[in-house]
Amino acid sequence: MRVTTRRGLVAVLVASSALLTACSSSPSVGSAPSSGVPPTAVPSSFAPTTVTLLTHDSFALTKTLLTDFTARTGITIKVVNDGDAGELVNKAALTAGNPEGDVLYGVDNTLLSRALEAGVFDPYLSPAAASVPAALTAATAGAVTPVDVGDVCVNLDDTWFAKHQVTPPTTLAELTEPQYKDLLVVENAATSSPGLAFLLATIARFGEGGYQGYWQSLRANGVKVVNGWTEAYEDTFSGGGGKGTRPIVVSYATSPPAEIVYAAGPKPTKPSTSVMTDGCFRQVEYAGVLRGTSNPLAARAVVDFLLSPAVQADVPLSMFVDPAVPGTPLPKVFTDFAAVPAKPLTLDPALIEKNRSAWVDAWDQVTLR
Amino acid sequence: MQPPRARWFAVLPLAFVGIFFAWPLATVLHRGLSPEGLDVLRSAATWRVVRFTTVQALLSTGLTVGLGLPAAYALHRLDFRGRRLLLALLTVPFVLPTVVVGAAFRALLPEPWTGTLAVIVAAHVFFNLAVVIRVVGGFWSHLDDRWEQAARTLGAGPVTVWRTVTWPLLRPAVLAASALVFLFTFTSFGVVLVLGGPTTTTLEVEIYRRTVQLFDLPGAATLCLLQVVAVMAVLLVAGRLQRRLAVRQRLVRAAAATHPVRTVGDRVVLGLTLVESVIVALPILALVVESLRVGDRWGLDWWRALGVEGPTTRDVSAWDSVRVSVSYAVVAVLIAVVVGGAASCAIAYTRRGSDLLDAGLMAPLGTSAVTIGFGLLITFDVAPFDLRGRWIIVPIGQALVAIPLVVRTVLPVLRSLDPRLREVAATLGSSPSRTWRTVDVPVLSRALGVGAGFAAAVSLGEFGATSFLARADAPTLPVQIGRLLSRPGEVNSGQAAALSVVLVAITALVVLAAERWRHPSAGSL
Repeated sequence: MRVTTRRGLVAVLVASSALLTACSSSPSVGSAPSSGVPPTAVPSSFAPTTVTLLTHDSFALTKTLLTDFTARTGITIKVVNDGDAGELVNKAALTAGNPEGDVLYGVDNTLLSRALEAGVFDPYLSPAAASVPAALTAATAGAVTPVDVGDVCVNLDDTWFAKHQVTPPTTLAELTEPQYKDLLVVENAATSSPGLAFLLATIARFGEGGYQGYWQSLRANGVKVVNGWTEAYEDTFSGGGGKGTRPIVVSYATSPPAEIVYAAGPKPTKPSTSVMTDGCFRQVEYAGVLRGTSNPLAARAVVDFLLSPAVQADVPLSMFVDPAVPGTPLPKVFTDFAAVPAKPLTLDPALIEKNRSAWVDAWDQVTLR
Repeated sequence: MQPPRARWFAVLPLAFVGIFFAWPLATVLHRGLSPEGLDVLRSAATWRVVRFTTVQALLSTGLTVGLGLPAAYALHRLDFRGRRLLLALLTVPFVLPTVVVGAAFRALLPEPWTGTLAVIVAAHVFFNLAVVIRVVGGFWSHLDDRWEQAARTLGAGPVTVWRTVTWPLLRPAVLAASALVFLFTFTSFGVVLVLGGPTTTTLEVEIYRRTVQLFDLPGAATLCLLQVVAVMAVLLVAGRLQRRLAVRQRLVRAAAATHPVRTVGDRVVLGLTLVESVIVALPILALVVESLRVGDRWGLDWWRALGVEGPTTRDVSAWDSVRVSVSYAVVAVLIAVVVGGAASCAIAYTRRGSDLLDAGLMAPLGTSAVTIGFGLLITFDVAPFDLRGRWIIVPIGQALVAIPLVVRTVLPVLRSLDPRLREVAATLGSSPSRTWRTVDVPVLSRALGVGAGFAAAVSLGEFGATSFLARADAPTLPVQIGRLLSRPGEVNSGQAAALSVVLVAITALVVLAAERWRHPSAGSL
């Protein structure tokens, strides 16, 4: 098992950015056969054309960015929200070679192997990815370009801990201690993306031999499992406007700024929740050119666009994720309140794909039966 | 006596269901089915899901029928003020989208209840009460009450009258309603996804999980087949039983069969119906309250926000969603009425094969929505029949769900048509086609009006199949509500509540408008 740690190590650049740039035009890596795109550079403007961007339901960008892009390049981006990330990737895998669109954005590191194995992509790594930390491109085989990162972390209701004079937990291991009995709610790893990410975090931390024991302890300590993020955060969690009673929840590192942005009426000066920065699982989201597109060069231009400074600066407030390109200016609500996990956990995508079913089944046995 | 070339009516429905349901289903099953898929049948977890699916469906059906029968009696046999209003109120839940109901239930119930069998059964009763009230009540209101009077005159007590007269006459309708409720609850998706917990999962949700989360297409295909076979078996057995129990009788006009509240029994039944109405109204009221609650004050903020188009591609103005939902509904209704009307005629006028056609039309209701969605995706993928990403695929998917409901509305009317009318027309020298036009068509068109109302409601609220079909335009109302609910903060939950109220209002108006079309003997659902 490979456990990488990064973020904060943002300065670690790809050993040879020149190599990557070269790779972008003559893909030699990845299992997917190329559709025969000539190794030309992506032009900066096109005769008016439309590129269909397949993405998940959480995708959002400021509309003016898209209209500016069209004015500058002649490319109109048609955004198609195609269900959650799992649905999106599975549909792409089923239609590999005869895709529904030209570009896919939103496959993450928990699903990447599935897409690569199915030959969904025409390998393309945007030259703009040269500045992206190596850890983000490590598992991609040059087939896709990382666009953003998000961390699934334990969130805490600060108000509850202050009121009950309990010291908030700081590590995954502490969550099994008696003072946190019946306080934690997590999502079902079998049905929820953050639920799976948290399970993967525990596997990355305690190892394949140790995670079941950890979940046994969590179960003994009264962990509650619900089906989705909405049920966990909005119904069962006591903070962040949630209607529930449990002060510890699995959510995102960006949930505290989201609490401010989506608050009703006058914005609170600070969030009522905070993030436990230990035990976060890092999700990386990628974009790629779909194999079989009739418009490969314009599709590459759209992937480049997703890594452009304007889009990178837009993703925090439109999607509540962190930009992949280091040095991108962040909004104040992010710099003030979004947590930056020092050592986020991650696992090799191929390992995840290989074991997902068995891990989830074992987790189900230990935690729910 | 048959109208001209009655069998030709079957061509259109067979072609539609064949092309847009059977073919995609066969394609996806062919792609998925493999010996390794059978492993799923050897797993204890699968049988836990099958057991839970069956248990909750039986409980939901039993409870829905038990609570629905008194209400059906009160609303169709008793005469009291406000009867129509209560009938409309108890019908609205059936056409509400599951995301809305799920949100409303979650807002009302204390947290420890979430994910329990009790909550799922309660939500199923809430949804399906209308099915029992409509199907059984519609039939009950036409029962000639002189049979009961005769029994009473001969000295039978109320229990004996019920046991020996009313129940045997009513049994086929109760069975029909039970079969429908069982079908809806056995294949329940939205309710279970929103209100269920990790250990309370139906087959439909498990198929979704295997398809979307695990990409286990062999397992999903096996379970999908298992579910379709189970559902069709139950429907066919229920159909057979229904015909065996059917009692030939003269039905009377609805008004002739109602009577004022007289006995203690009547009062008890009426009281129970009122309590049920209040309980049904609560979740809807909770939504209205939530849409008006801004922080710790009251206000119209969320309602105003509906008209504002936000800055990102994900922010859709509510009116765009309304426009999209309504235009899909118009197309879906057109398809459902034309295809469903033709199917009803085919079933009513022909003997051979009409059972099978009827069952075939019901099959989409028993099939996993995600399976149909994926099937459409890999079937219609070659130009010029590349329908992926085209808007038309959405109303087509909605029509598949609405057609059986149109058939259920129209068929009883066609069957109840007095054959002597046609004989008289023929005796007077009318040609068969002219007889059909002058006798059947006027009745048919009224029934289709009612069916159109239900089709529109189904289309507006549909969250299963269509949420798996991608499109570039604005999301439908239920999908947009689902998206708002998946983000934190009061801004999103408040707008979701306001949008839900909009959806409830539109659906309720459509259903009430369709009710005005109702033929006195119209079948109901």
